[in-house]
Amino acid sequence: MKRRKFLKATGAGFAATGLAGILAAHRAPVFAQANTVHILRWNDFVPAADKVLREVFAPEVKKALGLTLNVETVNANDIPARGTAAIQSGNGPDIIMLLNNYPQLFAAGGADVSDIADEVGKAQGGIYDLGKAMCTVGGKWVAVPWSTVPGLIAYRKSWFDEIGVKEFPKTWASYHEAGKKLKAAKRPLGQTLGHTFGDAPAFAYPLMWSFGGQEVDTKGKVVLNSKETVESVRFMAQFWKDAHDEGGLAWDDSNNNRAFLSGDISATLNGASIYVAALNGPDKFKTEKGAPLHTDILHAPLPAGPKGQFAYHTAFTHMVMKYTKNTKGAKEFLRWAHKKENYEKWFVVQKGFAVGPTRDWEKHAMWNNDPVMLPFKAATRQGRPMGYAGAPGKQSAEAWNKYIIVDMYANAASGKMKPEESVKWAAAELAKIYT
Amino acid sequence: MGGGRAGQDLHLSARSSTEVVRVSRLTRLLESEKVLATALLAPGVAILLVFIAYPFVMALWFSLTSIRVGDPGQFVGLANFAKAWEDSIFQTAFKNTVFYTFWATVFKLALGMWLALLLNRHFRFKRIVRASMLLPFIIPTVLSAFAWRWMFDPTFSVMNWLLYHGGMIADRLPFLSSGDWAMWCAVVVNTWRGMPFFAITLLAGLQTISPELHEAAALDGASAWHRFWHVTWPLLLPVTLVVVVFSVIQTFSDFQLIYVLTGGGPANSTHLVATYAYQVGVASGLLGEGAALSLFMFPVLFAVVWVQLKYLKRMETH
Repeated sequence: MKRRKFLKATGAGFAATGLAGILAAHRAPVFAQANTVHILRWNDFVPAADKVLREVFAPEVKKALGLTLNVETVNANDIPARGTAAIQSGNGPDIIMLLNNYPQLFAAGGADVSDIADEVGKAQGGIYDLGKAMCTVGGKWVAVPWSTVPGLIAYRKSWFDEIGVKEFPKTWASYHEAGKKLKAAKRPLGQTLGHTFGDAPAFAYPLMWSFGGQEVDTKGKVVLNSKETVESVRFMAQFWKDAHDEGGLAWDDSNNNRAFLSGDISATLNGASIYVAALNGPDKFKTEKGAPLHTDILHAPLPAGPKGQFAYHTAFTHMVMKYTKNTKGAKEFLRWAHKKENYEKWFVVQKGFAVGPTRDWEKHAMWNNDPVMLPFKAATRQGRPMGYAGAPGKQSAEAWNKYIIVDMYANAASGKMKPEESVKWAAAELAKIYT
Repeated sequence: MGGGRAGQDLHLSARSSTEVVRVSRLTRLLESEKVLATALLAPGVAILLVFIAYPFVMALWFSLTSIRVGDPGQFVGLANFAKAWEDSIFQTAFKNTVFYTFWATVFKLALGMWLALLLNRHFRFKRIVRASMLLPFIIPTVLSAFAWRWMFDPTFSVMNWLLYHGGMIADRLPFLSSGDWAMWCAVVVNTWRGMPFFAITLLAGLQTISPELHEAAALDGASAWHRFWHVTWPLLLPVTLVVVVFSVIQTFSDFQLIYVLTGGGPANSTHLVATYAYQVGVASGLLGEGAALSLFMFPVLFAVVWVQLKYLKRMETH
């Protein structure tokens, strides 16, 4: 074939099928789409877990299902923007990992994955209530729970011992007292109250609940502006000044890890990533006495307030996107990944930082390896979804995403507003969302 | 064979004569100024329509609907604008944007002018200094903002680390953890980044001013300040106004720097209109509300440009 003929033929072909096809489909072409599953996830705080996806899952799923797995990882705080752009353009990853209650916001863009969720739940002892609350809309699963990262307080045992606190404080009041002494010894507590997805809401919501505050009642009426909420904010403002590293107002989810590992703070709400990092780097992270830092770290749940002890644990879920041309492949991959023998490979490298979506994973032998990680084992059972006592939905997801509860505490902690003003402000913002 | 060749030649000459006719027609067509102007403008207009007008019209349409991610929504009139107007975070973001734009522009102008005057003098390594001055402007904003974020890090900033571990301060300086400090930090970074643009443009303006004017003023006994105020400044004013207009537009709609440096925190203290619109529209998927928030920038920027260009035109006339 002559060059001119070739160009003519291919040009005509492109014009007839390519461009016209692209315009008709309202989407960019994705070549070899049928055999590929593109999954978008966060840059895992346990990098070994991403390595498992790329170096173990990808070749194995190719062998088992003939699928090419394309794993893309980005900063967790950037995932929502990617999701919005993908859904609106009708083009992007086949599966997107979503955090917290994002499945509620993105429900319209997710395929029905009830079949997978039911199978996983039935085969593995039942999906946790927290995962169910995050992923179901109108009784339909719009995402499959993948894991939970329980938030517990990582603390320096020896430093608490030195101030005479032999057992981790059980109440906010006693934690406040301990924190005062620690800050005086230049070992403050560390906590983010910044605009970040994990530690900030996982601290702020349970604090509010433990004093009896809540966003809405069971009918969805905003009831935030209560004396219980004001009391919790007043407590936090004083607690912040007395016991915390005040730089926490500008922290994201990684600052407290760095501050703890460098010996600048004595305790912080965290997944187990600090401990796992210390465990993986015994020569890098040491105590002031030269011992490996991990030998001086313990974990405890957030203390109890006047109305009880609560927790929110960061949920990680997978949404199969409605726009994907490869729904079958995406679902097959998730089914395959959730099989015990496959999921286990990812689960064990987490060492307890991320726990399974179902109760069966509490029974895994990995939990016998390290008693320091035991508090994470069944922590997800205690998780309460944002938007309590209302039903999880778009509104609670929007409130979380606008950091209204986090900012309610940050406003008072920074001295920008009085506790009463801050609660009033937050209640007014919530009212706009819930109308 | 020979007949075939003759036929081929005939065919070729007929084709070339058709081409000549076509070419001459095209040439004749392009000789018309209207047609030529249209042809030359067409690609530019097409780019403007596709990349500026279409998104703008779409944003306008979105702002009038209740569109959310995955849900086309319904026409809601001006409801999104009304909601934004009453939104306390938006009010804070708007005030922040005005504050940030005003102070960053003032500093960029003052320091840029000072730098331009210095660079207009003769000294050794002048070219290297002039080129290196552009570095902050050349480095991608995201990268430089990350570097500044490290320098202002609440726990690990260089200055805090030295002062705190040296026992000179009991509490670390709240560079990004206090709302006021964080906003001033953002102004500093924006000034650092934008000042070279001012300096290099003003320097170009300075070089068009005839040295004879300065010499004449000096002979008349004018001091350095008087020479600047009565000779340099009036002649530099048109260039200055253009630079200020560009700067105001860029600073008022700034996004990258704040997104990386503070994410709008602490407690919304550094949110700008653009970052808040992004949080609502893109991160929360409320596309209609986000579009309405971002469109609040349009009349302000339009007014700024209109007033300044009007002033510039009046100056040129006089």
